[in-house]
Amino acid sequence: MDETIDCAIPLAVPGNAALLPHLSEWWQTYIAESGYAGPEAAPYPAHQLPGEAPRDAVLERVRGYLTAQGIARGIVYAPYDLEALHNEDLAAALATAVNEWQRVAWLEQEPRLRGSILVRGRSQALAVAEIDRLAADSRFVQVLLPVRAEAPYGNRRYWPIFEAAARHRLPVAIYAGGTPGLPTTPAGWTSYAIEDYVAYSQTFAAQVLSLVSEGVFARYPDLRVTLISSGCSWLPSLLWRLDKNWRGLRREVPWLVRPPSEYVRDALRLTLAPFDGPAEAEALLEFSEWCGSEALLLYAGYDPAIPSSEQTPLALPDGLREAVRRAILTENARAIYAL
Amino acid sequence: MTLKQAMVERPARTTTATIDCDIHPMPTAGMLAPYLPARWRDHQQTTGTRFRPGYLYPKGAPHAARTDAWPPAGGPPGSDLAFLRRQLLDLHEIEIGILNCLHEGSYERHPEYSAALVRAVNDWTLAEWLEPESRLRSSIAVANLHPELAVAEIDRLGDHPAFVQVLLLVRSGMPLGNRMYWPVYEAALRHGLPIGIHFGGRGGNPLSGSGWPSYYIEDHTAMALAFQAQLVSLICEGVFVRFPGLRVVMLEGGFAWLPPLLRRLDRSWRRFGTEVPWLEHPPSHYAREHVRLSTQPMEEPARPEQLRTVLDQLWPNALLFATDYPHWDFDAPDLAFPVTLPEDLRQAIMRENAAALYRL
Repeated sequence: MDETIDCAIPLAVPGNAALLPHLSEWWQTYIAESGYAGPEAAPYPAHQLPGEAPRDAVLERVRGYLTAQGIARGIVYAPYDLEALHNEDLAAALATAVNEWQRVAWLEQEPRLRGSILVRGRSQALAVAEIDRLAADSRFVQVLLPVRAEAPYGNRRYWPIFEAAARHRLPVAIYAGGTPGLPTTPAGWTSYAIEDYVAYSQTFAAQVLSLVSEGVFARYPDLRVTLISSGCSWLPSLLWRLDKNWRGLRREVPWLVRPPSEYVRDALRLTLAPFDGPAEAEALLEFSEWCGSEALLLYAGYDPAIPSSEQTPLALPDGLREAVRRAILTENARAIYAL
Repeated sequence: MTLKQAMVERPARTTTATIDCDIHPMPTAGMLAPYLPARWRDHQQTTGTRFRPGYLYPKGAPHAARTDAWPPAGGPPGSDLAFLRRQLLDLHEIEIGILNCLHEGSYERHPEYSAALVRAVNDWTLAEWLEPESRLRSSIAVANLHPELAVAEIDRLGDHPAFVQVLLLVRSGMPLGNRMYWPVYEAALRHGLPIGIHFGGRGGNPLSGSGWPSYYIEDHTAMALAFQAQLVSLICEGVFVRFPGLRVVMLEGGFAWLPPLLRRLDRSWRRFGTEVPWLEHPPSHYAREHVRLSTQPMEEPARPEQLRTVLDQLWPNALLFATDYPHWDFDAPDLAFPVTLPEDLRQAIMRENAAALYRL
C-alpha cells in the first residue's frame, strides 16, 4: 500500500527557542522582556504512562513511521494554543512563526510531508492574511483550527476564514484542543482530565451542528472540513436528531433547503483515530451506512492519546472490502486534498 | 373537521398501558401567588429575577407548545387540569403521568427567593394537580443552584407518596457530578427518590465547549450533548460509587447517543483510569446500574430499523416512555416508535421500567 495517506500527524512545537528565528526582533524582545513561556495549556495533558515513549514527534521518528508503514503522504499539524492568548498581535506573530517552523523544520526536510496553516480563529482578518500568504506554497494543504474556540465556527465572524479556505481549495481541519477560557462542557468546568478528554466529542458535535445549522456548508459548497481526534461514532445519532429537528424547525434556518445530514455528508470528513467504536469491520461499515456515505473517513495512524506500544501498523480492522480499505487509506483524502 | 379536531378526536390505538414520565404543568404568576408568602410576592413586584444569562432562544412556538395545547378556558399550556385530562390522560390512555414543572425558580440566583418559588410550585402542584387527579405524580422542584436549600425541600416533601423524584435541570452551572451536589443525592436517597435531570435550565454557561450557538435548532439538538456531559460527570466524579442506591433519569435528552458515548468513556477509562481510581469497573457498568433515559424526543434514523440496533445496544430497563406534553416535540404513545418493538420490550419501555423505578 504505497499510496496510503495519513491525514493527521501531530507535531509538538518544541518551545520558544524553535520559534524565535521566525519572529521579528520586536517580538523576540517582547518575549524576552515579558517572560512569555508559551501558551499555558496543551490539548493533551501529560498522561504519559510508565514505559511510554514521549509523544513529541521528532523528524526521525516521523520518517521512520512513514517508511515502516509505507505511507506516501503525511499531513502534519502543529496544535499550538493560540486561543489561550489574549494579545491578538502576539498570537498572529506566533501563528506565522509556527507555520514557518513547520515549513523549515518539516516540509523542507521531508518530501512526503504536507502541512497545515495554523491560524487564530478569533482574529479573522489576520487569519485570512496568513491563509493568503501561505496558500501559494502548495505544501500547505489545509487550514488548522482548534475545536474549542470563543464561539461556534458557524458564527458569521468566522465566515471570512472559510471563504479564504474555499477560495484556495484548502480544507479546514479542526483538532481536539483550544482553551478559550470557556468551560469545557455544556454543564460547566469539570474536575478530572478524563471528563475533558471525553468532552471533546461533544464539542466537535457542537461545531458540526453549528457549521451546518448556521449555513457555512450551504454558503460554501466547495468547503471541506475535517475533524482530527474527534472520535467518529457520535456522528450518526447527532444527524438523526438534527434531521428530525430540521423537519420541525427549518423555517428558522431557511438556507438549509435539504436535510442537514446531506450537507454534512458532502462537507465533513473525520480522521479515523480514535474511532470510538468496536474495533471491527462491521462497526466501520455500520458507521458509513448510518451516515449514508463511504467517503467520510480519512486514515490517521498516529493518535497522541494512544500509547506508542498500542500503535499498530495500518490500524484498519480485518475484513474490510478492498474498495473500502482503499477509500479510507487513500481515495477519500485524494478527493479533498491537493496532494 | 379541522386538523386540531381530528387530532383530539382520533381514537387512541395504544394496546399497552402507558406511564408517561414527562408532563409539564406551568403556573402563571397569578396561579402561584396564593402559595407564595407576602414577602416574596413583594420581592417579585419590586425586584423580580435579576438573573439575565441571555435571552432564551425563540422557540418554534410560544412556550415551545403544541399549537393545540392552549386551554380553551384560557391560561398557558399545561395550566388547566381538566384540559390536560382530556387532551392527554384520557385520549392517550395514560395510566400514570409524572409532572415535571420547569419553573424558572429552579435556577433563580437569589437563594431564598429560589427556595420560596420552588416551594410554591410544589405546593401548587400538590393542591391543584396531585390531590384532584389520582393518575398524576410529580417531581419535587428544587433550588438547583443552592444545594442546602434543595435538601430542605426534599426533606419537606420526600415522603409524600405523590412525589416520586427530585428534579434537576441539565444546564447546570457546574457538572452534576461535582461534590457540591452530593448532599442533594444523599437527601434523595434518604427518601428513596431517583434524580430526574431534565432538558433546559440556565446555569449561565455556553451550551458548548466552544461558546453559544445562534439558533434554537442548535440549542435543541445540542441539549443532547449537555446530557452526555452530565452522564460523564456523574460517573467519573464518583457519584454512583458514593451512592450505590442512587438512580438517575435523563429526561428529554434522547438516547441514541448513549452506546457510542459509553464506548468512548470505557476506552478513555482504560487509558486515564488511574486518575479516577474509585471507578473499579468500566464506566458503562455504572451507567447500566444507575441510569435511565426517557424516550422523547425519539431519534428517527433515515432507516427506522437502525434504531433497533441502538435499542439492542442498551439494557432492557434503560428506557422510560415520555410524551413531553404539551410541548411541540410531543411523542404520542402509539406513534412514537418508528420501529415495531418486541412485545416484552415495548411493555418494559411503555410501563414496567417506570413502574419499577418509581414504585408505582
